[in-house]
Amino acid sequence: MKISEVVRISWEAITKNKIRSLLTMLGIIIGVAAVIMVISISAGTEATINDQITSLGSNLIFITPSFNRGGARSFTSNNRGGLVFSDAAAIDQQVVGVTGVTVEQGATETIKANGVTLTSIEILGTTPDFPTVRDMKMANGSYFTQNAVDLKQGVVVLGSTLATQLFGTTDPVGQYVNVGNFQLAVIGVLAPKGAVGGVDYDARLYLPITVVFQKFTPSQFARFRGNDVRLIYVKVDPKAKLNDVILQIQLLLYKRHNVTASSPDFSITTQQDIIATQESTTAAFRSLLAWVAGVSLLVGGIGIMNIMLVSVTERTREIGIRQSIGATSDDIRVQFLMEALLLSALGGLIGLFVGLGGSVVFGSVSGMRTVIVPSSVLLAFGSAAIVGIFFGYYPASKAAQLDPIEALRFE
Amino acid sequence: MNKQAIIETVDLKKIYGMGDATVAALNGVSINIEPGEFVAIVGPSGSGKSTLMHILGCLSRPTEGKYFLDGEDVSDLDNKQLAAIRNKKIGFVFQAYNLLSRTTALRNVMLPLMYDRNDTQTAEEREKLAREMLEKVGLKDRIDHMPQELSGGQQQRVAVARALINNPVMIIGDEPTGNLDSHSGADILNLFKEIHQQGATIIIVTHDPRIAAQTERTIELRDGQVELITHNGKS
Repeated sequence: MKISEVVRISWEAITKNKIRSLLTMLGIIIGVAAVIMVISISAGTEATINDQITSLGSNLIFITPSFNRGGARSFTSNNRGGLVFSDAAAIDQQVVGVTGVTVEQGATETIKANGVTLTSIEILGTTPDFPTVRDMKMANGSYFTQNAVDLKQGVVVLGSTLATQLFGTTDPVGQYVNVGNFQLAVIGVLAPKGAVGGVDYDARLYLPITVVFQKFTPSQFARFRGNDVRLIYVKVDPKAKLNDVILQIQLLLYKRHNVTASSPDFSITTQQDIIATQESTTAAFRSLLAWVAGVSLLVGGIGIMNIMLVSVTERTREIGIRQSIGATSDDIRVQFLMEALLLSALGGLIGLFVGLGGSVVFGSVSGMRTVIVPSSVLLAFGSAAIVGIFFGYYPASKAAQLDPIEALRFE
Repeated sequence: MNKQAIIETVDLKKIYGMGDATVAALNGVSINIEPGEFVAIVGPSGSGKSTLMHILGCLSRPTEGKYFLDGEDVSDLDNKQLAAIRNKKIGFVFQAYNLLSRTTALRNVMLPLMYDRNDTQTAEEREKLAREMLEKVGLKDRIDHMPQELSGGQQQRVAVARALINNPVMIIGDEPTGNLDSHSGADILNLFKEIHQQGATIIIVTHDPRIAAQTERTIELRDGQVELITHNGKS
């Protein structure tokens, strides 16, 4: 029998029972769609990480406090875990190869302005170097100066999202914002930066760190050991060796905090560490999802085998008729194999469109970036076809081995 | 024997079971059927007539003995070769019509052509041939109907057209009128006679002596052996 005839007969068998065929294909549809979506989502995430590397640069060092558990330390001594504001100045002055240092200390407050109230807004105390170190630009007005930090001036710079939420299209510069119980003057608005590493830079308020110390995170211990900061950023000269700079910072802080290398009270992370962590998380996530997608393809294949076995039994008489008029066992095998192949290929095709559409919809709904990888289309479709042949073979062989007399007697 | 026999069997045996518990469904059947003959094989149930029909129709092989079909020894062919013989040389008409459901009369009739490995006809030529066959059995206006839209008699006519399309050396009818009322049954029998008059060799397996009486020769089986051959005085 010509292959075109086999395809035609199989196609007729599939379209005779549309609902059943669709249900049979469902597993394959879901499997293929899952493969395509998983690959496009992880490709999108990788692209995002790559963009972060380019936008932030790799020459940034983060120093965070690390509190030693179980260590009974006196809060009056200088070796209580944590970083203080003066550490930043010491690094800036004493470490060679540093082009900028800034700090962060934050709190969460309710803010009011222009008749709008926003709760749980992060306010961030920083220094004038912050826009340079974190590569942020002003959209409007200016960032606060060292003078404002020294004089603890009540001024504030808005993230772009906040500016829109509070003031709409009007210019916020020159307006006032109530932060907690204090009124601060808006002197600038930052250009949109977006979310980087899970932090939305546009939904925050930036103000002189001294104001934060005084008004929002007052500490009774500050006069003994200085004001706590939660993060120190160090921008390294691209010509300097990153490891040399890290070593200098470590030695300096061991001395200042009176701790040893075996029990430090701070930890140092580089931009590269963070990217590597993100990449390995993404890779783990991707391989997990790939397994899930693979399993659903397998389940889809078993579904096809199930229905094909039922179909062979149901159509025993048809097989007998075909044998009586001259079909060989090869003819019968090829016919059922073709049916399984068509089912899975059709399922693969539908899954392909569902997966492509799903990637686009998921991307726009979740805000995650998705990138459609052409090779994933080939991979998904190819595995669907292989699944069809693999799981179709057993039912097809069963059909081919039927005895014509028995098959003709089958009721 | 001056003509080449269509069917010649030599001491055919079909034995089921193994060891001591064997049953001989056929126990030494030797028959000859000449080209153009119209023969009935009769016998009570258990006489072996179905088993003989299966062997004659190349649906199974004899355990012992020889079977020459159209001069060719087909006793020891493999399944694939038997399938080719069924396709080229035999046309079956079954009691239950055995048409493919949800497939038009036309495509049912075309089916044997599709399984012909040496067929070089185009799809159009096959369709033309199938249309001619359906016209020949009087179903010109039912060509595109599904089997379930046809009466029993009409379905059996489609089956006859399907049996004829590959120009077989013989037609085997297995109780071809068994599922039909007497009127439609008579119609089908007349159709067989018509085909016979055009030169076809026809074997009908039946338990109905009235049908057997309308053929040229009756071969009566009992207990797996030929008991009686009756010439019905028509040739």
